[in-house]
Amino acid sequence: MKPWLFSLLLVCAAPLWAGEAAPNAEDPVIEQRMIKLAEDLRCLVCQNESLAGSHAELAEDLRREIRAQMKTGKNDQEVIAYLTERYGDFVLYRPPFKPVTYLLWLGPLLFLGLGSAIWYVTLKKRRGLKNEPVDEKNLAAAAQLLDENK
Amino acid sequence: MKRWIPLLVFLVLAGFLAKGLFLNPREVPSPFIGKPAPAFSLPLVGQPDKIFGPADMRGKVWLLNVWAPWCVSCRQEHPVLMALAQSQSAPIVGLNWKDKDREAEKLLAEHGSPYAAVPDDLSGKVGIDYGVTGTPETYVIDKDGIIRMKHIGPIDPDVWKNKIEPKLKELGA
Repeated sequence: MKPWLFSLLLVCAAPLWAGEAAPNAEDPVIEQRMIKLAEDLRCLVCQNESLAGSHAELAEDLRREIRAQMKTGKNDQEVIAYLTERYGDFVLYRPPFKPVTYLLWLGPLLFLGLGSAIWYVTLKKRRGLKNEPVDEKNLAAAAQLLDENK
Repeated sequence: MKRWIPLLVFLVLAGFLAKGLFLNPREVPSPFIGKPAPAFSLPLVGQPDKIFGPADMRGKVWLLNVWAPWCVSCRQEHPVLMALAQSQSAPIVGLNWKDKDREAEKLLAEHGSPYAAVPDDLSGKVGIDYGVTGTPETYVIDKDGIIRMKHIGPIDPDVWKNKIEPKLKELGA
């Protein structure tokens, strides 16, 4: 067989033994629930990573804890309560709507309102400007300047 | 008036950014301030048949210092803690967090121990119950077992003098 043909066949054959990765958790349902929940939680060590995606040791411990609690039948709300009791609202990527977070949640609306107000006032002002007739003298001066540059 | 607006906007923005620059993102507010220290019972390092719990410290103002032999900034903190232990301002309990290599006993024998007791939290679960995110972290706990303050990161002489010592005085240590 020609070498190039052999190589091509080898490449084509690769998908044959590419099976699906076996789920490494014993319970895929709980694993999925845990990951879905952990995606909305902050890793306390690498603060810009979610708890689901972080490789920090604490994140692993917390994922194990979430799994264990789900296995004992706790619902998502109870697991979140367990974490906020210990780490505060900081652990949540979606902070709850309460007095200290009013500005956080309503801030964008506030800025939208402010922007709209400025926009409205500007437009209103612009409408007030009239097309004033052009002064004949200025027009002649402009024509002369343009001619000079020719 | 109008030409000052960009400068004004710039100054406001610069103010916010400057503030942000000096905030410490590690300084996560602890939900435990003013709440009872979570109970636990753990064996002591070197004396596995003895069990320690926060209830043992009732009636004293004390420090719970979460540390680990593998933690580099804990070593930086160690001499400061040694000096504090000598000054006897408050007993320090050193929670040995996730010491998988079992090095705490040897390390403390070598370098000296500032701790009144060293409970052994091998699984790290007690640390999680206290909302520990990384060692070292130190809690100030009052006579009734209420957490009054949490300090994240190593204690240096400055932190001690300006933050922890005044709190201890206030609590009547």
